[in-house]
Amino acid sequence: MPTIADLNKGQRAIIKEFSVDLVPLKLLEMGCLPGNEVSLVQTAPFRDPLYLNINGSHLAIRKATAMQIEIELIP
Amino acid sequence: MAKQLNVSLIGNPNTGKTSVFNRLTGLNQKVGNYPGITVERKEGICKLARGVKAHVLDLPGTYSLNASSFDENVVIEVLLNKNDKDFPDVAVVVCDVENLKRNLLLFTQIKDLGIPTILAINMSDRMKRKAISLNIPELEQRLETKVALISSRNNKGFDELKELITNYKHLSTKPCVDASVIAPEYFDRLKRTFPNQDLYKLWLVITQDVNFGKLERKDFKGVASFETESKSNLKRLQQKETIKRYQFINETLNETLDVDTANAKDFRSRLDKILTHKIWGYAIFFGILLLIFQAIFDWSSYPMDFIDSSFASLSEWLKNSLPEGDFTNLIAEGIVPGLGGIVIFIPQIAFLFLFISILEETGYMSRVVFLMDRVMRRFGLSGKSVVPLISGTACAIPAIMATRNIENWKERLITILVTPFTTCSARLPVYLIIISLVIPEGRVLGVFTYQALTLMFLYLLGFGAAIFSAYLLDKVLKIRSKTFFVVEMPNYKLPMPKNVLFTVVEKTKSFVLGAGKIILAISIILWVLASYGPGDFNNAEEIVRESAMGMDTPEDEIETQIAAFKLEKSYIGILGKAIEPAVEPLGYDWKIGIAIVSSFAAREVFVGTLATIYSVGSEEEETIKNRMAAEINPANGMPRFNFASGISLLLFYAFAMQCMSTLAVVRRETNSWKWPMWQLVVMTVIAYVVALGAYQVLN
Repeated sequence: MPTIADLNKGQRAIIKEFSVDLVPLKLLEMGCLPGNEVSLVQTAPFRDPLYLNINGSHLAIRKATAMQIEIELIP
Repeated sequence: MAKQLNVSLIGNPNTGKTSVFNRLTGLNQKVGNYPGITVERKEGICKLARGVKAHVLDLPGTYSLNASSFDENVVIEVLLNKNDKDFPDVAVVVCDVENLKRNLLLFTQIKDLGIPTILAINMSDRMKRKAISLNIPELEQRLETKVALISSRNNKGFDELKELITNYKHLSTKPCVDASVIAPEYFDRLKRTFPNQDLYKLWLVITQDVNFGKLERKDFKGVASFETESKSNLKRLQQKETIKRYQFINETLNETLDVDTANAKDFRSRLDKILTHKIWGYAIFFGILLLIFQAIFDWSSYPMDFIDSSFASLSEWLKNSLPEGDFTNLIAEGIVPGLGGIVIFIPQIAFLFLFISILEETGYMSRVVFLMDRVMRRFGLSGKSVVPLISGTACAIPAIMATRNIENWKERLITILVTPFTTCSARLPVYLIIISLVIPEGRVLGVFTYQALTLMFLYLLGFGAAIFSAYLLDKVLKIRSKTFFVVEMPNYKLPMPKNVLFTVVEKTKSFVLGAGKIILAISIILWVLASYGPGDFNNAEEIVRESAMGMDTPEDEIETQIAAFKLEKSYIGILGKAIEPAVEPLGYDWKIGIAIVSSFAAREVFVGTLATIYSVGSEEEETIKNRMAAEINPANGMPRFNFASGISLLLFYAFAMQCMSTLAVVRRETNSWKWPMWQLVVMTVIAYVVALGAYQVLN
């Protein structure tokens, strides 16, 4: 399944689930939870960290975390 | 007297909570610390209708009630403890209209505590531009509260907000999300054990990681048995709770909020394209840094020259107009020059805080975090270490406290350990005066002065030392911790002049008052030590005149000799001579040695100390700088502050850990003496060795 780390700039997707058992609570509190829409706004050099728009909230996470969040692309 | 209302202002970071606070309280505010911890406490008085007054407490910004730092812990402590003197009669949750979804999470948690809660939706001035429309009556009904639509930028909606606060007794205290449905069996058990307690409060007490200060868990006897639920199980329940809350919020906003997403290509994304660009982003960041240093050195020199000469005249005037005697000397030679040594740096410190607060207010700082994360990680730091390292240029103490939002303990510890290398504003006084003495004037390309470039170099050296030692620490320290990083990228905002002004005034004031006390005390001690002495000190005049007998020395030359002789034989001279062997290889004399030792209290004391030592016994009106320039090294007849000894001093101060307060904060933030002691020893050794090397090579 693709993850947030696979997103291209401007592409939109829906967060499906986390591939790790214990998701950092802070991430959920910032709005990064299953069912929410995510899109990639900008990347830093080496595509890390990733600057995301999740449901209208903007936040940046590292690639390592992004690879644990599975998504389904919106065509 | 009518009872004062207790109001708590609560909200996520970047919601403009502080400007709401400023609007409510005007100038009636007080900034301090919570007892025992270094979390900033802001409170003020707000005048309501019919003569009622409200005591407003601006709680630290937090994303939720699940605390992961001291700052966030303060919020829970105030809200959970009914006996706390700050326990609110009414809570005002400040939200950003563009981020309602995330902001409401905190609102639902606070509402569930049973505290009357008002929802203040801020930045309503942006609604039109962003095509946002809200059904307020529907929202009020679903959240069972009152909503105030406000704009702190345009000062709109505050009368309504105050009205709601005054009538807080009419607010419903019903919870909006029933947290117990996430694990009915577990909460049932909890309810049976504590029939008289509020379930949600119990749940919060059980799940917090941070140690509670005042609110100890023993207040809830038997709670410990509920922690037997494995930690990861509790975490899972917290996640469930968060998801549950978001479900409620989504349902609520679906019915009440409408955003026209058609104009997505807005100002924000256009600006982000440039400011977080892979090349331009870094170029702009570097340019901003350069601008800051140019301002600090070049632009602030005009008010500084004025302050310097004013204090010199004040000293002179006091000496002439007060009756002669020890007391006059103490004031004119001890206290006034010592204070002058601190007041002179107000322009620079104000400039520095001006820039830092503008960078924070505009939302640019988060972009820097984003740009720098990858680079910083190479050195064992986090992108979030950039904020401490930059605010370290103001003061290491708030900078070390700013590391609290770094999620990874190893990255956080390294940031704490290396932050004191960055050039703080207390080093500025030392740098500036020495640079102006030993670095020639002139400009490169007609723009940047050599002196400003030297200053820039010293700042880069500080950053370099911080980064390099972080790299070493990353290799040496064996700490395993989960890497995790999330940072909010707030909307760009024009900084509000009032907020920036408040910050600049507040920070400058606390710098001057904090340092002022130490400097005043040290100036008095130094003056006493320099004005009295044993044995020969009291016969100085005869001894000097005797040795000058027969030689054709002019009278004023003899006067100078007497003064110098007296200083050498005073208590401070004796002390200084004792440590001279240690500082001589670095190119310093005993006077500089004393200044270095006394500046361990705080670096900026260095200038004040020299000012006091040099002015004792001197008659003329002189600025500190001129006095230092006039010092001659008797060994070679050259100025004491020449290129070699000047560079040596600059380097010493670049590396040395010369600040007691920083050590105390590191001790508190790392909860051990081990790390501050490490810092002290390692940094002092580096400083000594580098200064020694520089002087020996250059001389």
